[in-house]
Amino acid sequence: MYRIFQTLLIALCLFTAIPGGLRAEEGLRDLVNALGEAKLSNMDEHIAALAKTGDAKVVPVLEALGEGMLYARKADNQVFLTKESGSNLTLTDPVTGESAGEAPKAAFSKIKVNNGVRRAVRTALGSLTLLSPDRNQRLKAAQSVLQSPNADALGAIENALAAEKDAEVRALLERARATTLLISDRPVDEKKEAVQVLKQSGGREALSILSTALNSADETLRPDIEAALAGIEQTQALWAAGQNVWYGLSLGSVLLLAAIGLAITFGVMGIINMAHGEMVMLGAYTTFMVQEILRNSFPGLFDWSLAIALPLAFLVTGAVGMAMERGVIRFLYGRPLETLLATWGISLILQQSVRSIFGPTNREVGNPSWMSGAFELGGLTITWNRLWIILFALAVFAALLFLLKKTPMGLQMRAVTQNRRMASSMGIRTPWVDALTFALGSGIAGMAGVALSQIDNVSPNLGQGYIIDSFMVVVFGGVGNLWGTLVGAFSLGILNKFLEPYAGAVLGKILVLVLIILFIQKRPRGLFALKGRAVEA
Amino acid sequence: MITSFLIRSLDRTIVIAVAILLALAVLVPALNLLTSADHPLHVPTYLVSLFGKYLTYALLALALDLVWGFCGILSLGHAAFFALGGYAMGMYLMRQIGARGSYGNPLLPDFMVFLNWKELPWFWYGFDMFWFAALMVIVVPGLIAFVFGWFAFRSRVNGVYLSIITQAMTYALLLAFFRNDMGFGGNNGLTDFKDILGFNIQADGTRGALFAASALALAASLVITSGIVRSKFGKVLVALRDAESRTRFLGYRVEHMKLFAFTVSAMMAGVAGALYVPQVGIINPGEFEPGNSIEVVIWTAVGGRGTLVGPIIGAILVNGGKSIFTAAFPEFWLFALGGLFVLVTLFLPKGVVGTALQYVSRRRAYREARNHKDAGLPAAEPLAAE
Repeated sequence: MYRIFQTLLIALCLFTAIPGGLRAEEGLRDLVNALGEAKLSNMDEHIAALAKTGDAKVVPVLEALGEGMLYARKADNQVFLTKESGSNLTLTDPVTGESAGEAPKAAFSKIKVNNGVRRAVRTALGSLTLLSPDRNQRLKAAQSVLQSPNADALGAIENALAAEKDAEVRALLERARATTLLISDRPVDEKKEAVQVLKQSGGREALSILSTALNSADETLRPDIEAALAGIEQTQALWAAGQNVWYGLSLGSVLLLAAIGLAITFGVMGIINMAHGEMVMLGAYTTFMVQEILRNSFPGLFDWSLAIALPLAFLVTGAVGMAMERGVIRFLYGRPLETLLATWGISLILQQSVRSIFGPTNREVGNPSWMSGAFELGGLTITWNRLWIILFALAVFAALLFLLKKTPMGLQMRAVTQNRRMASSMGIRTPWVDALTFALGSGIAGMAGVALSQIDNVSPNLGQGYIIDSFMVVVFGGVGNLWGTLVGAFSLGILNKFLEPYAGAVLGKILVLVLIILFIQKRPRGLFALKGRAVEA
Repeated sequence: MITSFLIRSLDRTIVIAVAILLALAVLVPALNLLTSADHPLHVPTYLVSLFGKYLTYALLALALDLVWGFCGILSLGHAAFFALGGYAMGMYLMRQIGARGSYGNPLLPDFMVFLNWKELPWFWYGFDMFWFAALMVIVVPGLIAFVFGWFAFRSRVNGVYLSIITQAMTYALLLAFFRNDMGFGGNNGLTDFKDILGFNIQADGTRGALFAASALALAASLVITSGIVRSKFGKVLVALRDAESRTRFLGYRVEHMKLFAFTVSAMMAGVAGALYVPQVGIINPGEFEPGNSIEVVIWTAVGGRGTLVGPIIGAILVNGGKSIFTAAFPEFWLFALGGLFVLVTLFLPKGVVGTALQYVSRRRAYREARNHKDAGLPAAEPLAAE
């Protein structure tokens, strides 16, 4: 009765009081201690049993076993990880990993190993981490196997692959298996498959693996590897072209942003506004001001700075634009060359004002957190700020198109530009429409400035860098046509980026300018020319 | 024919202007060289160079006036021709340095040695001879203007479009000359000149001679442009400025005439650049800045486009103002220049000289009308200058 009670008590203790981890530890300890009693012939089984637990603590034990540093205490058959210090051994408990003091060597017997055991240990180690329940551990193991492939680990990799569920780890394992297979002594057919797997995976890594494999490959495999190499190189060239297109789109969106306001003032109204670049610059400085105020007073709102700056920049530059139109430009309608000179003068004044107020040096405009960083898409690296700017440019374009085509204000604008006197007779206040149109074009330039402040230096000279490019875009695309501006901006951007690798950045730009000059010879009214009477207006 | 060309070109204003320029060409160097430093009429050497620089600017403005004022082509790239002429002269001056450069290479200019070039690029050959360089000063800008204009005018690129592509041209040249691989000294340009035609470029005598050369070149160009403008050809130029389509329909080859004017103007700009470089001692790609070309336009506009003397006065006025302003209140110069652009286009579209001439002719018409009235004749309509 007493004994039964005692056993129950112990059982109760074991299953309730002792945490589950402790129970597993005890099982592990038994397995480790079993190593001490094992013979060389059945050591494999013990190692496999240990590996099967998938416990990370097994790893140091197996490593020690492989190095011959695993000792069993003669007295009670306890197995320890050891380190020699003189005639003594420093002991470490294999399960808890805690130090277990020192003891004379004579009290211990070394667990014997031979090459067979060592191989078993190696395989077990490889598969052990590959089978680890922790996903990150498996990922790390798969990466290390991929980086230093070892033919012996092939079996382990295949085992792991069979059990693996996680897609990312699986992909890595597939590549690791293929890589390992190539250096193993498996039949050629399997190797051919492996080459295909590597070709599928692509990338610079596969390229180097395959080219090393090519050196040692036999005749039957050689053509496969060569074909795979060519295939990978081709894919890489495609990705590089894709990346160029992306850069081109990015540049194009910048050009579009800079030019779209000009498409209104120059394209729709026919005003040569040389101060357009300065409107962009004012928009960028508005962003700077907003960020300064937020940084000092409301640091929590910093991520919203661009959203706040956008309408403000529109209002500021729109107001400046309206003042310009009312103050100067309206006296010069019908005299485009004089308008050009007067607006150039205004641009000098605006530049110098900003220089006097903010100083001639670059001002720091920060990126909100959602605009910094990058992500990978296939073989492309895409930065968030560029992506947002492309989306923003397209959004501005769409909004403007809507405004011009679908709203009463847009209708009036188009009426005034097509036939001023008729529009005036119909009761449209043409001077007011002129002022509003010009303010709209300037305001859009200001919003472009907010976006460009994220990728360019904010200095008084910011605008000058864009003015010639913007005019080129508008002239190339066709004056008076928003779609022309869109197509013009993106095609010039992409053309520029495709010329750059061959000609260098500067020469590429020169070539683009020369091409535009030649293009204007051929089609003096741009890509999408207005037809009919509007041409003569 | 040449005599008739000359006689026609010399009306009273031109004669006076040429006479003043010739007098200056003698007087200024003489006052610099022959008087001692404390003499009240002494002209210091730096002023000789400064005035010489103004004269080359005036020549550039005159060249622009030929195409803008008389032909209606607003070129926003004239400083490019100026700079090309300057580079041609600069290359001659570089070759004159010879073995006296910092690296002591008898053939290669310093920057080429620095860039590890082994031999002279082909386009530098011949520039050791003055006559060749002088020829290139005229030929290179002329050729580029010819090719550019041939393309542009043939396809009837007009007005603002032409202005913008001339600006693109000078921008492209700016980018090109910034490149080290072009073989024109890249960013730093050409400088450290030692002598010209064997004379030390720093010496007072050489400075005086360069000033005189600038004044003579300006006088000669004034006579030439005046001859062009007053010839029958010049009348047609003005006609095509005011009504291009009509002139074309009357049977004139408008594009050929524009091309001729544009090329001649570019050559004059090249000469101006060539005279400018030895006086300031450096030529670098900054001269191609689109802003410089637009500044030339404002000189012409301030003086009065469509008058020959106007651009000269405008260039001297604006640059004199610039020299004074930038020394006294450097940060206000751009305000002043910008304001000048706005005010001149709004209130002085004919420029200083144009407005003065208009005033004079109004006065004359008024006086004549009064005389007629006194004589009991019907009053003549005052000449409407618009």
